[in-house]
Amino acid sequence: MYSDEKSVHALLQKVLSYSQAEQTEVVYFGTESALTRFANNFIHQNVAESNHELRVRAVVGKRMGVATTNRLDDQSLQRVAEQALEIARLSPENPEFHSLPEPQPIVPAPGFSERTAFYSAEARARSVGIIVQLAKERGLESAGAFSTETSQVGVANSLGIFAYEPRTESECHAVVMADAQGSGYTQRLTTDATSIDFEAMAREAVEKAQRSRNPIDLPIGEYPVVLDTYATADMLQNLIFMGLSATAVQEERSFMNGQFGKQLVSPLVTIYDDGHDPVGLPQAFDYEGVPKQRVVMFDRGVASAVVYDSFTAFREGKPDTGHALPAPNPWGPLPLHTMMVAGDASLEELIRGVDRGIYVTRFHYTNTVHPVKTLFTGMTRDGTFLIEHGELTSPVKNFRFTQSLLDTLRDVQAIGSEPIQCRDYLPVVAPALRIGSFHFTGVTGA
Amino acid sequence: MRDLANRALNIAQQLGASYVDVRVMERTTEGIDVKNGRVEGISSGTSSGFNVRVIVDGAWGFASSANMDDAEAEQVAKQAIQIARASALVAGEPVILSPLAPQHGFYRTPMQKDPFTIPLNQKVQLLLDADAAMRSVQGVALTNSNMEYSREHKLFVSSEGSEVEQELFDVGAAIDASAVDPTSSEIQTRSYPNSFGRQAGTSGYEFIEAMDLADHGARVGEEAVKLLAAPQCPSGVTTIILDGPQTALQVHESCGHPIELDRVLGMEAGFVGKSFLTTDKLNGHYRYGSDMVNLTADATIPGGLGTFGWDDEGVPAQRTPIVTNGIFNGYLMSRDTAPILGLTSNGCVRADSWNRLPMIRMTNVSLEPGTWTLDDLIADTDDGIYMSTNKSWSIDDRRLNFQFGVELAYEIKHGKLGRMLKNATYTGITPQFWGSCDAIGNRDEWVVWGTPNCGKGEPMQTMRTGHGAAPARFRNVQIGVGSW
Repeated sequence: MYSDEKSVHALLQKVLSYSQAEQTEVVYFGTESALTRFANNFIHQNVAESNHELRVRAVVGKRMGVATTNRLDDQSLQRVAEQALEIARLSPENPEFHSLPEPQPIVPAPGFSERTAFYSAEARARSVGIIVQLAKERGLESAGAFSTETSQVGVANSLGIFAYEPRTESECHAVVMADAQGSGYTQRLTTDATSIDFEAMAREAVEKAQRSRNPIDLPIGEYPVVLDTYATADMLQNLIFMGLSATAVQEERSFMNGQFGKQLVSPLVTIYDDGHDPVGLPQAFDYEGVPKQRVVMFDRGVASAVVYDSFTAFREGKPDTGHALPAPNPWGPLPLHTMMVAGDASLEELIRGVDRGIYVTRFHYTNTVHPVKTLFTGMTRDGTFLIEHGELTSPVKNFRFTQSLLDTLRDVQAIGSEPIQCRDYLPVVAPALRIGSFHFTGVTGA
Repeated sequence: MRDLANRALNIAQQLGASYVDVRVMERTTEGIDVKNGRVEGISSGTSSGFNVRVIVDGAWGFASSANMDDAEAEQVAKQAIQIARASALVAGEPVILSPLAPQHGFYRTPMQKDPFTIPLNQKVQLLLDADAAMRSVQGVALTNSNMEYSREHKLFVSSEGSEVEQELFDVGAAIDASAVDPTSSEIQTRSYPNSFGRQAGTSGYEFIEAMDLADHGARVGEEAVKLLAAPQCPSGVTTIILDGPQTALQVHESCGHPIELDRVLGMEAGFVGKSFLTTDKLNGHYRYGSDMVNLTADATIPGGLGTFGWDDEGVPAQRTPIVTNGIFNGYLMSRDTAPILGLTSNGCVRADSWNRLPMIRMTNVSLEPGTWTLDDLIADTDDGIYMSTNKSWSIDDRRLNFQFGVELAYEIKHGKLGRMLKNATYTGITPQFWGSCDAIGNRDEWVVWGTPNCGKGEPMQTMRTGHGAAPARFRNVQIGVGSW
């Protein structure tokens, strides 16, 4: 019903007209999504969803209230506008609140693919069937999921902002298991579902699973490592939560505090956020309708910036970079299009540079141990190998690590040339890395 | 609700489904967040919709929509059928459901005070008072207080003749204070009653009032400040005593998840992994823990966050033994997994919303109480570490190797608490760790802790689970890992 700019605009204007608040913001998020899940070489879960949400933020002086609904009849729309206002009137003042943002020109972002929007349940089944079939042929077991999503996002406020864009995304990942301890992994995340090469994904996971059978024991300790793209992406997602939001910096709980302008990590490392880069999942504006700006967070290793929304920007007198999440939320602004600049080494060249070390396909269940010291823990998973004299020689049993993330980025020796986009919690475009030393603190038993 | 559900059910049956169930649901949630002395956000949200779940030619299909009208009921039923037929393109063994007699009835969370009827300013003031108490402590840099309460109204109907209606309430709240020392890159946080979200239960507003948040504010702030200057917890192998909330999380991660039968059967392998508790271990001989370790899954505990009348397959809430005197003897099961073991569902299937597929979730998975008071536990420990409130958690993809960090620790020397220690961590392997448990707190020390944010499934679902736990002691545990 609300699947184009005109209808979304009419909906948002109607809600704005219902609001009696001094300032009002309305966010619409409509989604059609589907996910096909497989395990033990068959589809065991297969779902579809049609949903929408309308979020109203009402402002009275320095008081704010937020109400949401997924009912879009007139009565519900009037009610949600009234409810946001009631909450605002009952809320104590937030003395640091200034205003909702003013309109700015928005440059469109290429975040929509019709091919994804029309991907059918049958097509999803046939796509995952490619992975299942190769696993079966090799006597292996596959499990994973393939999802497609089309969303309509609109933001309007009473100061004149109106932003609208359709977005699509598709994600597929699979674990292929050779036995209790041998497994391989693959993941792709993109705007256009038809650009995913399922045969290549199947080969990647199957070949690694076959190669990782019968892992050997290695002692825990410090090793040089090659982190494949999935492991790098996981690490960067942790880094984002540990302190790349202006909220974390303003609350002095970020590792970036006191470090701006300083060489914090290796000069090889440049990390930025760019909502317009088609390699990611492009978005032209944030959830306040503010255009997304490119923000370089690490420039050749120098700590250079974090991301802002309207509240944190005003509080610090900095430009709003367009990284607001829907209000209210506990994180503040977050980069949702983080990318690490690729290097010039192939994966084979990264491995060739290690005399004796560990190759890590991906991490599992990483979690922050100490955010300011950037200490995180987790385990290796789905393809961990000993590197000897520049070659993968034996699969090894998975390790637990407890490691400083900034120490890891300080110790980057070379960067891979073929980044891919992955997501556990946040989408990240990441290359493989060669790291001088990584601290493995336990063997998982898995 | 009822007409829509029956319309969708009838259409799916006419289109050839051998089994159909429909859930119609509305969930309203209000939340209040106070941060650093000011109200950060007050929000109220309602989400309603329905889903149709079908079996066609032995394969599952599921579709859902927020549009609750007759035309959509027909459309969603058709879509579920199409999806089931697509599933059959990459098919496994035909789905078999364990038997269930038709269920009828109504369940409402027992409570004294409906949280939605308490004036908003009263609820805000409760948090502001707690926040002020934390901020009265010199050296406190950051404070957070929050509460959240929800009402869930749902109707379940099935083609087997079940029709059950439930109105479930859950409430929760917590506070935390942090002290920061930028010169040493140090931040220390203390929480009450629990960290990472809140302590929560199925109850009324009286559950939040009983927390006495403001009375604990100053202590929480003082402990955060003291932790900044506390020595680092050492490394080594020693005896540890975990407080109730940390024991509850230990149960959640190292018992609750590995006993999910869908995970055991590989259905979560593509995401979070499998389980070391493979079906061959359900033989009455596998030792999960020491003789004193007794674990249960019980969806009938009053006030537990995993308490309800029927699960989302219409199976009545029930209590199941999981580990008895240290021996593993039960899983959390659904109607489509239990028959694989020749068993029937024990009612452990839930979905976090109308738009999500019901799947096996923990109910209230609890460590049954022992005989000790906490004071006696400490007095009986010659040398060890007392650890309180979770700060970090991580566990491998078979739920064997874990590592937890806690907010606060104390040395125990000669039966008494000694120095406060910061950044304490411990690590272990699940059956060895529970095998080293030699003392568990008694019924007076036992609390049903709520975990309001348990993630599982794809698309990800966030479920509310409960865990009865008391302080417990473990011998020969590795503490203090990593480089600091």
